[in-house]
Amino acid sequence: MSQRNFKIWRGDADGGEFKDYSVECGEGMVVLDAIHRIQTEHSGDLAVRWNCKAGKCGSCSMEIDGKPKLSCMTRLSDYQPEKTVTVQPIKAFPIIRDLVSDVSWNYEQNKRIHPFQPDESSSEKGLVMHQKDVDRVQEFRKCIECFLCQDVCHVLRDHEKHDEFVGPKFMIRLAGLEMHPADTADRIASIREDFGSGLCNITRCCTDVCPEHIVITDNAIIPLKERVVDRYYDPVAWLLGKLFGGRKKKPVDAIEPTKTIRV
Amino acid sequence: MGMNLSSDIQRIRHDVVVIGAGGAGLRAAIASSSRGLDTGVVCKSLLGKAHTVMAEGGCAAALGNADSRDNWKVHFRDTMRGGKFLNQWEMAELHAKHAPDEVKLLEQWGAVFDRTPEGLIGQRNFGGHRYPRLAHVGDRTGLEMIRTLQDHAIHQQGIQVHMECTALRIVMDGDKLAGVLAYWRDAGRFVLFECNAVILATGGGGKAWRITSNSWEYTGDGFDLAYKAGAELVNMEFTQFHPTGMVWPPSVRGILVTEGVRGDGGILLNSEGERFMFNYIPEKFAAETADSEEEAERWLAGDKNARRPPELLTRDVVARAITKEVQAGRGSPHGGVFLDIASRRPADVIRRKLPSMYHQFKELAEVDITKDAMEVGPTLHYFMGGIRVDSNTQMTRVPGLFACGECSGGMHGANRLGGNSLSDLLVFGMLAGNGAADYLDKLEATPQASSETVDAAIREATAPLNREEGPNPYLLHEELQDVMNNGVNIVRDKEGLESAIQSLDSLKQKASAVKAHGSSQYNPGWHEAISLSPLLITAESVARAALAREESRGAHTRIDFPGEQDRWQAVHVIISKSADGSMNVRQESAQAPPERLSEIAHSSLTDLEGGSA
Repeated sequence: MSQRNFKIWRGDADGGEFKDYSVECGEGMVVLDAIHRIQTEHSGDLAVRWNCKAGKCGSCSMEIDGKPKLSCMTRLSDYQPEKTVTVQPIKAFPIIRDLVSDVSWNYEQNKRIHPFQPDESSSEKGLVMHQKDVDRVQEFRKCIECFLCQDVCHVLRDHEKHDEFVGPKFMIRLAGLEMHPADTADRIASIREDFGSGLCNITRCCTDVCPEHIVITDNAIIPLKERVVDRYYDPVAWLLGKLFGGRKKKPVDAIEPTKTIRV
Repeated sequence: MGMNLSSDIQRIRHDVVVIGAGGAGLRAAIASSSRGLDTGVVCKSLLGKAHTVMAEGGCAAALGNADSRDNWKVHFRDTMRGGKFLNQWEMAELHAKHAPDEVKLLEQWGAVFDRTPEGLIGQRNFGGHRYPRLAHVGDRTGLEMIRTLQDHAIHQQGIQVHMECTALRIVMDGDKLAGVLAYWRDAGRFVLFECNAVILATGGGGKAWRITSNSWEYTGDGFDLAYKAGAELVNMEFTQFHPTGMVWPPSVRGILVTEGVRGDGGILLNSEGERFMFNYIPEKFAAETADSEEEAERWLAGDKNARRPPELLTRDVVARAITKEVQAGRGSPHGGVFLDIASRRPADVIRRKLPSMYHQFKELAEVDITKDAMEVGPTLHYFMGGIRVDSNTQMTRVPGLFACGECSGGMHGANRLGGNSLSDLLVFGMLAGNGAADYLDKLEATPQASSETVDAAIREATAPLNREEGPNPYLLHEELQDVMNNGVNIVRDKEGLESAIQSLDSLKQKASAVKAHGSSQYNPGWHEAISLSPLLITAESVARAALAREESRGAHTRIDFPGEQDRWQAVHVIISKSADGSMNVRQESAQAPPERLSEIAHSSLTDLEGGSA
């Protein structure tokens, strides 16, 4: 056990400041453990979101020494023992209180995405799909909705183009549907026009922070951009594909959200 | 904080309110809304974060994709045997029959399960299941399921999700349900949901123990809401200790290590390197369990004539065996035993089949599970007992109040098979949604919420903020966890249970005087203070039921009453709230099972294999 120092942002939508705390820390502790100890010993009302404490639910996203991370998977032993660890909420979304941000915008984006639309070919035993054809889709479905990728996306974080770009999290959601072997919806026009695929300038910051190691940029966003390019800028190839290619897909638009999820 | 009583609080009207947004709650909401009902979902966390997200191994359903001999009858028989025949028979039947269709429905809603070589939904082996039966996605099956249900539910007409909102009290109109009082965790304000049916899908109460796989949400809210509304709790003594939780480092103690590790070939070893599970095969399972390492190896290699390795015995058996090895001084350095997959499977297979286990041990314990054994030990994981419901409608004895998923009791009897939880929440979520719709179809007058209950609940909830001083709620919670880990653990006796009940009494006194500092806005200390009441109801009901059942059956082990006793074979322990506010415990004889089911449960496997569903 040793005493460690923390600077934690305290405040709400009206403003706030960093406060200093010092707690006993033992072997194997993660940043979230230290926050819990601060709650118990010093400040019962320190607001933080968490759930599983094992990197599976994506609730405890925050910025630790400036880096967006899951606090339950960030070990204190990764930091110099004598250095103060600075903890603040993720920056790309409005603050509710202390380490808790209002991420409701993300839930609204998900509702704009046209749901999975399976073909009618399913057998009595369910859909017939081979593992190699679903590997990529399963990679995207590992997403735990921690929104760290949204937090570091320049289009959202620096340029605040929330109205034009849906963010990397939902590009992988769209890619997971677009590449699903049994989906019959054609989302290409919508990916470009409604969800803003053109705005991503491929800096790969989202991929770097993904705790699930999803290769967001190269495996999801770039292939979607390529499909958009084929459709809009190489119509001959697209037409040939449509005539002689695989399954026919019907075009779908984004869904206009109605406000039904409240944070 | 200022008192805003029933006269001026926010009111939201729904036909049905579902409390909890894990798999059971979402499935119930989908069923209810598909019957044309305006359905509100109230959840303590953000959508998609409930405990279902942490389920790892898979969802049990006799699809027969991996072994065509499987069918619902074999699944039903496995479930009854695993539950030591204390299960509510019709629930186990409905579960086994509906599970395959529910899994296929999830696929139609976008779930992408791992595939068989033929391109069908793949199925893996698990403890107590005769055949490979668990539809799965690596070791993140729960994530796949909750995300599928979430993405489907948000596009359903008539579902409205209220996130970060905690339910406090069921509100009645005479003997009928009329609403539920809740508060927004962010703003700290109260809200009255006016509705005529409530479906509880709140999960268990593992947070009453120190060593648990459960997250902060698992404070037994559903038990508390139902109990205070007049419903009964059944067989609360059956709390499942999952055999394999992490034991080191201390900060992660209790976090789950999936049974999939053993399903995929992992073995348990003591400090002497002995594969000790061969010494713990119960007589009832001896005929279906390998009796030598040689046979167990043949099973792993795919020999269909070989019997299953003893590491895949039911969870109660494995958890007790580990406890005994540790007590006998053959434990690992940090008080567990070793779980070895590294010497059993190639590294790339381990990383593909168990990616999140690989990640979890690498990041949190600095152990590479493709090279070294894991240290594991029992962790409080699941409530078999819970709110008593009708098998078909999922309604409690309170008209309009329903329960499904972990918070309901009966389906799993004295012990739950791994994989039967994810299927349970789909099947009974669906039935509860339909049950609520059927109830509303027949309801004539519209019950109205009484303001007295609302006012009293608000006063009680705000008291910790308003009083000047009092005990620290976090420390009180830790005290409770120690009481349960010491007195109501995996092995129990009269003396320990009585002393735990006494300690709980004094904790109740302290809890009623607790102080939360700060305002009501997103204040975890206040939330903690409010959760003490459900935690204490949960703890007391488990302790009292455990004291009542004088035998050892499934997950309930009494060292002063070893072995299953015939007298208790068909007895349920029922808990309800007395008129004077005290906790009433009584024994009730179970009804004789329908003959058709009794026959199946006691059939030999050969009779059922290939039997038509």
